Amino acid sequence: MSFPVMLSELSEGMLKSVGIFVLTLIFSLPLGLVVAFGRMSKNKIVSGIIGFLISILRGTPLMLQLLVVYFFPYYLFGWSIGGWRFPAIIVGFSINYAAYFAEIYRSGIEAIPKGQHEAAQILGYTKVQTFFRIILPQVIKIILPAITNEIITLVKDTSLAFSLSYMEMFTIAKQIAAANTTFMPFVVSAVFYYVFNFVVAFVMRRMEKRMAYY
Amino acid sequence: MVYVELKNVEKSFDDLEVLKGISLTVNEGEVVSIIGPSGSGKSTLLRLATLLEPWQKGELYYMGEPAVTMQNGYSVYEKPAQLKEIKKDFGLVFQNFNLFPHKTVLQNVSEAPIHVQKREKDVVRKEAMELLDKMGLSDKADYYPSQLSGGQQQRVAIARALALNPKVLYFDEPTSALDPELTGEVLKVIKALAEQKMTMVIVTHEMEFARNISDRIIFMDKGVVAASGTPEEVFNSDNTRMKEFLGKLSHA
Repeated sequence: MSFPVMLSELSEGMLKSVGIFVLTLIFSLPLGLVVAFGRMSKNKIVSGIIGFLISILRGTPLMLQLLVVYFFPYYLFGWSIGGWRFPAIIVGFSINYAAYFAEIYRSGIEAIPKGQHEAAQILGYTKVQTFFRIILPQVIKIILPAITNEIITLVKDTSLAFSLSYMEMFTIAKQIAAANTTFMPFVVSAVFYYVFNFVVAFVMRRMEKRMAYY
Repeated sequence: MVYVELKNVEKSFDDLEVLKGISLTVNEGEVVSIIGPSGSGKSTLLRLATLLEPWQKGELYYMGEPAVTMQNGYSVYEKPAQLKEIKKDFGLVFQNFNLFPHKTVLQNVSEAPIHVQKREKDVVRKEAMELLDKMGLSDKADYYPSQLSGGQQQRVAIARALALNPKVLYFDEPTSALDPELTGEVLKVIKALAEQKMTMVIVTHEMEFARNISDRIIFMDKGVVAASGTPEEVFNSDNTRMKEFLGKLSHA
């Protein structure tokens, strides 16, 4: 296989990796916030269940979770899982990352002094207004470095979609490497991942700087 | 007219009885200072009056309207709609300012009138600038709180509270986090408000200040009102605990 052909096949895979990355972020970032609220709920049953789920999601391999999400409709209900491959990947990634993001959100929310809530309450802000106008903007600034860490990990984790034989970049790299007994696809994909993360880190750094106004 | 009325307020934290049946009435235009040793329950009383702390026993009225009443021996809150209305009657200035760090000085002062009272932005901003001007801070409108001194921050906090036009303004040890110089500039602002007949309740350790600006002083000790009356009455009272407290102060 010629180098340009390999490059174009890997690029196609790269697009799919980017697809997993973007969709996972779109779903897991807001979902994480919801999970964080559940985790911090005053209702002991709710916070207990959410805490347990988070510990499962953080305590077992993502690859295993992807397999579970993909196969459970078949094994549990006997449903056909044709066409479920890609949605399963997005669901699996989103749930897993939501668990991590939830704990990051929680750390940030709990870091905001009680006085901020009290000041907002005295000024007549509703709970929703208080959260979105006063608390969340301060939380984002605090948690941005931790979020960056997770996002960088996600770029590399997209390769785990190979466990469901999804044709993202790393799956393709492995196939090309096996078929042509060459190490080259791995080198190229390493460069791809690195450049991808370089961009991610750059963008996040810019965001951090934009938040540094106070 | 009676602006604030607290009746037989009792409050415990676990086994610790902090307030043991306190009553307090504040009239229109009155400046009431609450003094007393640390742990005497002053701040707790203020936090109950501003509904930051959950009520256990006692009643609370603003402008004659009930906020908290007693039923079967325990405090019961009025409906949320009624409480929302009542919360418009008062403002609170905190010991450690609690300004919003991610908002400019002008935003800190103007956002509650805009987002809570839903008033016209341009009008609110103009009024906020006037308030800042009165506080001597018109040149700091676009600064962030972290760029200001403690005294300036506290004056912003006062402006923020005033921007909502409260009928009663509470101060919870407004100068305890400030050095003597900065304390002076904040006290000057409060004094100016007293001269404009702003109704205020001030928890403070600044004895001279309390003596000068108050119409009435409440001396609290161990969860009860140990002495109260005009500044002269309280400062010259025969109450031994009061004498002890002031004596300790002058030796400090």
